[in-house]
Amino acid sequence: MKKKVFAALMASVMAFGLVACGGSTTTETTETASGGDGLIKVGIINNDPNESGYRTANDADLKAMFTEENGYDASFAYSLKNDEQIQYAQNFIQDEVDYLLLSAADTAGWDSVLQDAQAAGVKVILFDRTIDADESLYEASIVSDMAKEGQTAVDWLASQNLEEYNVIHIQGVMGSAAQQGRSGALDTKVEAEDNWNIVTQQTAEWNAEKAQQIVQSVIDAGTPFNVIYAENDDMAKGAVAALDAAGISHGVGKDVVVMGFDCNKWALEELLAQNWNYDGQCNPFQASYINDIIKTLESGGSLSQKTIIMDEKGFDATTITQEDVDTYGI
Amino acid sequence: MTNNIKKKDQSMLKKISSNQLFIPIIALLLLAVINLINDPSFFKITAGYNNAGNPVLSGYLITILDYGSELVILAIGMTLVTAASGGQDISVGATIAIAGSAMLRVLCGGNSRPDTIQAPIIVAFLVACVVGMLCGAFNGMLVAIFKIQPMIATLILFTAGRSIAAWINNNELPIVPDPKFSYFGSFIPGIPIPTTVFIAAICLIVIALVLKFTNLGLYTQAVGINEKSSRLNGINPTLIKFLAFVILGLCVAVAALIKVSRLSTINYSVIAKDIEMDAILAVALGGNALSGGKFNIWASVLGAYVIQFLTTTLYKFNVQSDALAAYKAVVVIILVVFSAPKVREYMANLRKSITRKKEIA
Repeated sequence: MKKKVFAALMASVMAFGLVACGGSTTTETTETASGGDGLIKVGIINNDPNESGYRTANDADLKAMFTEENGYDASFAYSLKNDEQIQYAQNFIQDEVDYLLLSAADTAGWDSVLQDAQAAGVKVILFDRTIDADESLYEASIVSDMAKEGQTAVDWLASQNLEEYNVIHIQGVMGSAAQQGRSGALDTKVEAEDNWNIVTQQTAEWNAEKAQQIVQSVIDAGTPFNVIYAENDDMAKGAVAALDAAGISHGVGKDVVVMGFDCNKWALEELLAQNWNYDGQCNPFQASYINDIIKTLESGGSLSQKTIIMDEKGFDATTITQEDVDTYGI
Repeated sequence: MTNNIKKKDQSMLKKISSNQLFIPIIALLLLAVINLINDPSFFKITAGYNNAGNPVLSGYLITILDYGSELVILAIGMTLVTAASGGQDISVGATIAIAGSAMLRVLCGGNSRPDTIQAPIIVAFLVACVVGMLCGAFNGMLVAIFKIQPMIATLILFTAGRSIAAWINNNELPIVPDPKFSYFGSFIPGIPIPTTVFIAAICLIVIALVLKFTNLGLYTQAVGINEKSSRLNGINPTLIKFLAFVILGLCVAVAALIKVSRLSTINYSVIAKDIEMDAILAVALGGNALSGGKFNIWASVLGAYVIQFLTTTLYKFNVQSDALAAYKAVVVIILVVFSAPKVREYMANLRKSITRKKEIA
């Protein structure tokens, strides 16, 4: 008897845990009034906007673009789970949307639902993330090129014409697309040039605290360095905290060049204050690209290529303006 | 006569080696010697100025003391929980996120980028303490009253904690605008020693006083050794276990203050990640039985510094940081093997047979 009571309690406690978890994986479907004449009907399936600053900016951008004023009748569905996303996709197909816009939670499992879409005459456009499905199943895919982000950053660094580059390279979670792309360009450059050296190359797993400890260790060792190449803004912030504590100057015209990625608003403000030198963008603003594609397809045109790589900027502290911070900060 | 002296020597040796502080001190010495041989400048401490123009001390030793502080504070609570309940709390990392998030919520008033702080720092800290103790009380209730295995009970907050933390601030990442808040994780102007060292010292003094002037230590041990007989002797085991978790909750809130203050912001998914494992390892390194009972807080505290010493040393040797866990795992394996009853028995027999042989000779 006692055991049963405990079991029931445990179950309720677990349920509480699940409810609490639900805070971060909210799934909501907002349907706007459907079926105005002349409007293009789109169903948009995205990841949860609360997932990260990137996703919040991405969702806001889509919502601003796909409005009735712009000639769209848009419905949004959010989930971080692939099976739920597939469910939403089926609902949209039944609703007879004209376009299905998809940022898939997972790369696998989309074949059959996309075949259904094709059969129903629904055109599919992927954004932000690619999937493992035949290219014929979708019209276009709009993605970031992480390797290009890295290359842009490294090219910028090379253009600074420092006499010597002694780089502390703080990597993201090993194996992630962002890490591989952003590390690759730097690794190649260091190998090619004699005056480029890696002081230390460590993964801080996107974690500011770890980055702080890694940089602290280099400072304690007394090894000279003049560049911090951190693969996201958080880690750059951790590195800068270590520099500040040790009295090492950083920023424009100072001892250490600080580089970050992602263009968080607070990071761009650091650039504006010239405390950091460079921030590379990971572009969350795909809506205008999608809009162009839909307009082209609607007017009967065809796309020259399926995979479209977005323009991504790199911001330099000497040229960034308040306007850039407001426009591109996420 | 000589035999007698020898015996005395041996019993002396035995006394030292059986002291709980033996293992962590040996580990510290070992690490110190390795670093001394490799590079004596490891122990150099230099005075300088930080970017705010305040005098600061720097060097590896200062780094160890600084970054080890959170772990030391957590080790205090974890030792008590281990001793009383015979299990460990694996939710401390997640509860640090919750307490830290609550602190930022109060400081920033729900706005992620306020111009000034919305409440005094002390109020925010007290709120965090309450939140931390509530989390501890939740765990303590499950363990003490519902008799759930500590690791299973704390698994709930371990899983849900970071989501709760994100929910407290509506998934925003607030940044505290007041530079005073960052003093707790760095330096107070004019004082060249990291503030975290003082915070850890205060916690140690408080727990030392509590253990000296109350029966908490004795009762905790009694409950840990034998719950039934302690009840027969008029101790309330439920209360003692509950109390241990609440104290750990308080330790978590203090650690959260340091963690959040270091960068004046929070990242729910990575703040204090895996710190619970380090805290448990500190308790184990201190030679405390993970199955509860007798405990020595000072040994755990030394254990915590050993872990930070090890981490800093590995960073110095440029070991890939994602491989750090593997090195810690080696330490755990060695510890577990040596504290296993079978191995202990074997060692005791070995020692006996050696002394017997000597006596015969």
